[in-house]
Amino acid sequence: MSALLEVEALSSGYGPVPVLREVTLDVPAGTIAAVLGANGAGKTTLLRTLSGLLRPTGGRVRYDGADLRGVPVERLVRRGLAHVPEGRGIVAELTVEENLRLGGLWRRDRADARRAQDEVYQLFEPLARRRRHAGHQLSGGERQMLALGRALIARPKLLLLDEPSLGLAPRVAAQIMALLRRLCDNDGLTVLLVEQNVRSALSVADQGVVMSLGRVVMATPAAQLRDDATLRHAYLGF
Amino acid sequence: MDRFLFLTFDGLSTGAVYAAFALALVLIWRAARLVNFAQGAMAVATAYVGYAVVSATGSYWLGLGAAVLAGLALGALVERVLMRFVGHANPLNDVIVALGLVLLIQAVLGIVFGNEYRPAAAPFDTDALSLGGIAAMSPYDLWVLGAVLAVVVLLGLLFTRTPIGLRMRSSAFAPEVSRLLGVNVGRMLTVGWALAAAVGALAGMLVVPTGLGLHPHAMDLVFVVAFTAAVVGGLDSPAGAVVGGLLVGLILSYVTGYLGPDTTPLAILVLLLAVLLVRPGGLFSSVRARHV
Repeated sequence: MSALLEVEALSSGYGPVPVLREVTLDVPAGTIAAVLGANGAGKTTLLRTLSGLLRPTGGRVRYDGADLRGVPVERLVRRGLAHVPEGRGIVAELTVEENLRLGGLWRRDRADARRAQDEVYQLFEPLARRRRHAGHQLSGGERQMLALGRALIARPKLLLLDEPSLGLAPRVAAQIMALLRRLCDNDGLTVLLVEQNVRSALSVADQGVVMSLGRVVMATPAAQLRDDATLRHAYLGF
Repeated sequence: MDRFLFLTFDGLSTGAVYAAFALALVLIWRAARLVNFAQGAMAVATAYVGYAVVSATGSYWLGLGAAVLAGLALGALVERVLMRFVGHANPLNDVIVALGLVLLIQAVLGIVFGNEYRPAAAPFDTDALSLGGIAAMSPYDLWVLGAVLAVVVLLGLLFTRTPIGLRMRSSAFAPEVSRLLGVNVGRMLTVGWALAAAVGALAGMLVVPTGLGLHPHAMDLVFVVAFTAAVVGGLDSPAGAVVGGLLVGLILSYVTGYLGPDTTPLAILVLLLAVLLVRPGGLFSSVRARHV
């Protein structure tokens, strides 16, 4: 079986400055790939190019058997590709409830969109208590729950997650990582996870992809990066 | 006292028109972060369409409907073929393009309809009714107030209770996130312009019979007042636009009534200046933390 997401020699950047240089990687269905690397390695740029926010300057992306070139950003979520951007994934002026409704507006199956919304409230119990609060009144952890929960309402096949544990208490971050693992194992969700917190990402990932200066320098089973101290030290510096 | 009451009622009904017009400005500001300086000229153009239909069919209501439809179409057109292609990095670009549009519209109206005042009839009696011996409001004033109130309530329901309202709000606040959630942000911008121009068209139809009649420049002063009203209320706040409109209507009515009509334009500028100095965000501005 071929991978759900196949990225081949993908390049992109801002204006004339290239940031991604011929990135190639595969993410098989139902697995978690953790993209690791220092600041400026091109991790966020990779996600923004995959979801169409940035236009690639070269290479191609195959997702679910189809080429994604020229597909507008707003159509991708209908194909099951959800991107939770870094930090500002929620609409701060809207309430929790409105944010979640927004996540399911495009869906024709209204009943299932409502069901998915109830599931999110069960999954993230603090959100249920703050339905009518505006996004800017939420704590960092609650914002991340809201952004993630809202993406889940689309019932995505592929989730692009940018720094989900940024600024969160370790306990909350661990909960979110455990949730991702559960969604992959039980519902066949596929995740491409960008993380600064290497340990927490490797604890749940199947594959570790190390990026440096816009290139993929290594793609290997996560267990190997977790267990092989020399390898980890060479590529990740700890 | 009688005079005070009369001026109050008069101020409320003209203020209602300013409120509707300020609301149109706020709608576009919220959607696109620009002040549509062509709002007045666009409203006059649609009022010409409206009154052309009135004189062809004899029905004010058909004309009003035609003006609002023309507003929807003109707003969408201006966004699709003009504003979309203006670089918004520098706010001055929007202003200059909008002012160019004003010149274009007024010139075309002058060529097609002529530069003289054309009579525009009101659908109701404009003579004030007496309430206990005091001249209060005319039936036309009541219609203006009622129509503006209805528009405010309908817009409020649209934005807070409907899926398209939610899409429009999220597009305005967070365009990139909205796109990731499947919202066609470009289309929401077009809808926002169309709605704003339709509200402007209604305001134009309401205000023209109270003045000298239809003229390519009929809305110039109204635009300045409505802009002041929007700034007074805060460009970001629909509620502020309504309160600002009524407030400015009242103030101008008192100034005109007690100090004479010559002082009116001066009063507008003094008010605008005072608000910008004391509370530049407007009375209803709220400072909020954004982003994480």
